[in-house]
Amino acid sequence: MNDRILGILIAVMALAFFASATQLETPFFSDPVGPKLFPYIISTVAFVASFNMIISPEKKPTWPALSVFSSLSIAVIILVVYAYSLRPLGFLLPTAVCASVLSYQIKQRIFYSFLTGVGLSIGLFVVFKFFLGLGLFAFPRWVWV
Amino acid sequence: MLFQDGYGSEMELFANLSLGFSIALTTTTLMLAVIGCILGTMIGALPGLGPTNGVAILIPISFTLGLDATQALVLMTSVYYGAMYGGRISSILLNIPGDEPAVMTTLDGYPMAKNGRAGDALVLSGFASFIGAFLATIGLMLLAPMLAQVAFYFGPAEYFALYLLAFCTLGGLGSNNQAKAAISVCIGLGIAMIGVDGSTGLTRFTGGNLHLFDGIDFLVAIVGLFAITEIFVFIESHGKETAIGVKLEKISIPVKEIIYTRWTVLRGSCIGFVAGLLPGAGASIGSFLAYMSEKAVVKDNSQFGKGDPRGIAAPEAGNNAAAGGALIPMLTLGIPGSGTTAVLLALLMTLNITPGPLLFNERPEVVWGLIATLLIANVMLLILNVPLVKFFTRILQVPASILLPGVTMISFVGIYSLSGSHFDLLLMIGFGILGYFLRKFDIPSVPVILGILLGGHMEVSLRRAMVLSDGDWTYLLSSPICIGLWVAAILGFVAPIFLKSLFKKPERIKD
Repeated sequence: MNDRILGILIAVMALAFFASATQLETPFFSDPVGPKLFPYIISTVAFVASFNMIISPEKKPTWPALSVFSSLSIAVIILVVYAYSLRPLGFLLPTAVCASVLSYQIKQRIFYSFLTGVGLSIGLFVVFKFFLGLGLFAFPRWVWV
Repeated sequence: MLFQDGYGSEMELFANLSLGFSIALTTTTLMLAVIGCILGTMIGALPGLGPTNGVAILIPISFTLGLDATQALVLMTSVYYGAMYGGRISSILLNIPGDEPAVMTTLDGYPMAKNGRAGDALVLSGFASFIGAFLATIGLMLLAPMLAQVAFYFGPAEYFALYLLAFCTLGGLGSNNQAKAAISVCIGLGIAMIGVDGSTGLTRFTGGNLHLFDGIDFLVAIVGLFAITEIFVFIESHGKETAIGVKLEKISIPVKEIIYTRWTVLRGSCIGFVAGLLPGAGASIGSFLAYMSEKAVVKDNSQFGKGDPRGIAAPEAGNNAAAGGALIPMLTLGIPGSGTTAVLLALLMTLNITPGPLLFNERPEVVWGLIATLLIANVMLLILNVPLVKFFTRILQVPASILLPGVTMISFVGIYSLSGSHFDLLLMIGFGILGYFLRKFDIPSVPVILGILLGGHMEVSLRRAMVLSDGDWTYLLSSPICIGLWVAAILGFVAPIFLKSLFKKPERIKD
């Protein structure tokens, strides 16, 4: 993917933004400008600017190798899982797992990453809970009702 | 009449200052300033954690401490000033700038450190930072109340032109590719449109998602774009950038060089301060302009880029002066001059403090408490950064594989503690991914933040102006202030295109 393709993508998105702005309702008692005009201006500017990217693209970005790309995907997935698990599973376990996995993606050493994760999880919990007074739960709430 | 009270203004200044010091010198405030300075220097020194993302991840945390507005502001601005000081440590020792303005310090700082003079470079830049920040704080004290008076004359048309100026200078001066900066601004403005439209009460661009009715919280966007993006970037580089560059042996005070660079520091401070006043791009171009003009002014510039002490003093003084100068448009007009001041503005907004001329009359304790704290913090930072600099250089040895997961977890807990909804966390991850792609395509991400922060206000000013004039567009150009701002905006955007060679940012030096 290079500047040209991104330029086309942005042009399409600007058009879509413009189109969805036309669908906005304007109430009967509206100000002279209404809720549509500003979105129109934004999408027009973006549309014009995207042409500059298409006409005079800069150097192609260097994309990561497939292995790095899979590391990045794993990081995104673990972050999403973390976002969902923070409430039901408590702080300690999800944080330890997530931090370990992230650490492993940066430096591939299993035991070291595991220690990093556990250390961060416990350390941050102590700081957040006891120094900053956040209402965090260490364990899932069903462990101790 | 403007400035009619020339007679009583000095008295007023001292009265205000003593009010400020009475607030800043309480035990709690002083302690917060110390903590802020230490945290800020650490954040600035850590590679991969610049001032913007450092301040951003600390904001949610500072709310949970239950601080009042002044205290929260004192803590965060100490962090801000501290990060400006600390940024030079990784620039000089590792050749890794913490944020864009710090790039200029790497140009001569790293070569000087490689020549075995790392300690001298750190102390010299610490002094330059001190003078720059000190002069800028004095300037802030004198100029901000005046600008606040002028700001009373600003109506919606003037504000609209001012927002335009901020975005234009950000695109024109602050970036090498105007089209990409414009796209970035548009992304931010577009995101700002999401949610309930204040004037009509109808929702826009929410896709029916209830979570989006309140709009997107700018803190979520800021933390996502700056902190979460960083982890992706580091995974890609496998933490390679954290290799220790040069060793720091002993620290002494290079008196000769401090005296030698005295005019450089003064020039750099003045240029940086004036640049900082410019809404939009101010603080980020302060160090750049200071370095380039110093290089142009001196007789023999052959050593620039090879470890010339003037090449360290100028950008550091400029950078810190610009950081102080940028607080002026932020406090008086509500327009930030850089990514970090944008984050500070976000903090003010979340604390329910509306920056603007009224702030100086209605909440003098906030403004003057802040100014007094800046003066105190600056002295503390000099102490922290000259005799104790060795302690902070140890922080550089924290490996990325511990630091980055830690930062990510703190970001999650911070955002989660704000709203308690996993939707915000998912949004934050989304912004992190967006930030990664923006960086890949060399599209600056600071304009996105400014767009999100100011988009709503910009639209409201436009619509109010149109209500006042009953839809007459010429109203936007109806006052001299408006015309001046429009001209400056157009010049700020267009001139750099024609003066490309003059505004071209130098590349970072390679090992």
